Amino acid sequence: MRLTSYAIAAGAACLCLSTALAQEEPQVVRQNLMKEIGRSVGALGAIAKGEKPYDAATVEQALTTISTNSQAFPDQFPAGSETGHETEALPAIWEKPEEFRANAEKLHTEAETLLASMPADQAAVGAAMKQLGAVCSDCHETFRARKQ
Amino acid sequence: MALRWTRVLGAGAAVIAIGVAAAWFVAKPDPLREETWASLGEPDLARGETLFWAGGCTGCHSADGAMGDDVKIMSGGLALTSPFGTFHVPNISPDPQAGIGEWTLAEFGNAMLRGVGRQGEHLYPSFPYTSYARLSPEDVNDLFGYLKTLPASDNVVPPHELGFPYNMRAALGGWKFLYFNDAPRVELASADEKLQRGQFLVEGPGHCGECHTPRNALGGLQTARWLAGGPNPEGEGRIPNITPGSQSVGSWSESDLVDYFQTGFTPDYDSVGGSMVEVQQNLSHLPEEDLQAIAAYLKAVPAVE
Repeated sequence: MRLTSYAIAAGAACLCLSTALAQEEPQVVRQNLMKEIGRSVGALGAIAKGEKPYDAATVEQALTTISTNSQAFPDQFPAGSETGHETEALPAIWEKPEEFRANAEKLHTEAETLLASMPADQAAVGAAMKQLGAVCSDCHETFRARKQ
Repeated sequence: MALRWTRVLGAGAAVIAIGVAAAWFVAKPDPLREETWASLGEPDLARGETLFWAGGCTGCHSADGAMGDDVKIMSGGLALTSPFGTFHVPNISPDPQAGIGEWTLAEFGNAMLRGVGRQGEHLYPSFPYTSYARLSPEDVNDLFGYLKTLPASDNVVPPHELGFPYNMRAALGGWKFLYFNDAPRVELASADEKLQRGQFLVEGPGHCGECHTPRNALGGLQTARWLAGGPNPEGEGRIPNITPGSQSVGSWSESDLVDYFQTGFTPDYDSVGGSMVEVQQNLSHLPEEDLQAIAAYLKAVPAVE
């Protein structure tokens, strides 16, 4: 009886541990960073399209997330994380690391510049979307796998 | 007996000669008459610029990886790989030697509308004259005028590297006979002005069908599956179906499409990828009404599953 509980407890511990480990895999970390960027762009997009009213706090928070996450992003590609966890990372990331970093840095700078001037209305948020979108796609063109 | 054989051979030779002549006649390069280009007047550079962005000239003719204003340098040099071999995209900047600085409007027009080169030779349809043929001579004049305002580049591009029999330009005549025309790709039930503009932009300068429509073994478009996507001719992956029957793009609204053309973001805020990046960046230069026209057309074409 006691042995069984130990076994169950140990099994549960293993499960928890493996989940925790999986969450810290660089592939998962960078996917989560990118998902947060996507959600932030979504918040800006809703304002640009007029689905949500302009709200300065939302805009500021979204731009801050994009800025912070884009800075952390290029550090999540250590050797050994080229495959697995459904990564869409292309080999170009490891072949041209400087160019890859420069792209991430560009998004960081763009978000900081926008934060400094703060888009003040729906039209300005729309313009910001265009600026950010160009940076996103420039990088995805070279470094992210084509969608099937 | 000998005489009879001579007759048979003679008749056979005549039949072959007539066949060759007929094949040459239907397949020979077919430039437009000189008068087409005679009285078009001064080009409208603003219209020319719209056609330049709609036509996606930069996608192939600017240097690989060019950014910002450098995309307007039409230096050529991109290598297009295909099942037929490698095409080296020519320099179409106004440089008199390396580019098209000394071309006449008629020469440029015959390349754009008839797929005929400066020496009267057939051009390979890797240059999408199969779509550009839907432009009018006025459009060509405006575009040519705009191209002349762009910076010159002295980059000299190597010739195409194609395997036999694709290296025989004369054979292109037969290909053109089978697959080259300037007829509408689809008949639209209602074609108001906006839809007509969308049809012109997509089927003509935009040459969307060149990638988004599947091809047969000879490289001809399977027009019954117009814009229905298929394997990527340039390599891995698939080109998406963009008809209303598409599982991905089919559910997008017209304003979703316009937003995508302007910003590169899909309705769920993923961003554009692959070769569509350059296309989208070119489209983002178009007036919003033109993007709305493209979106309306994409919603009006037959749905293909």
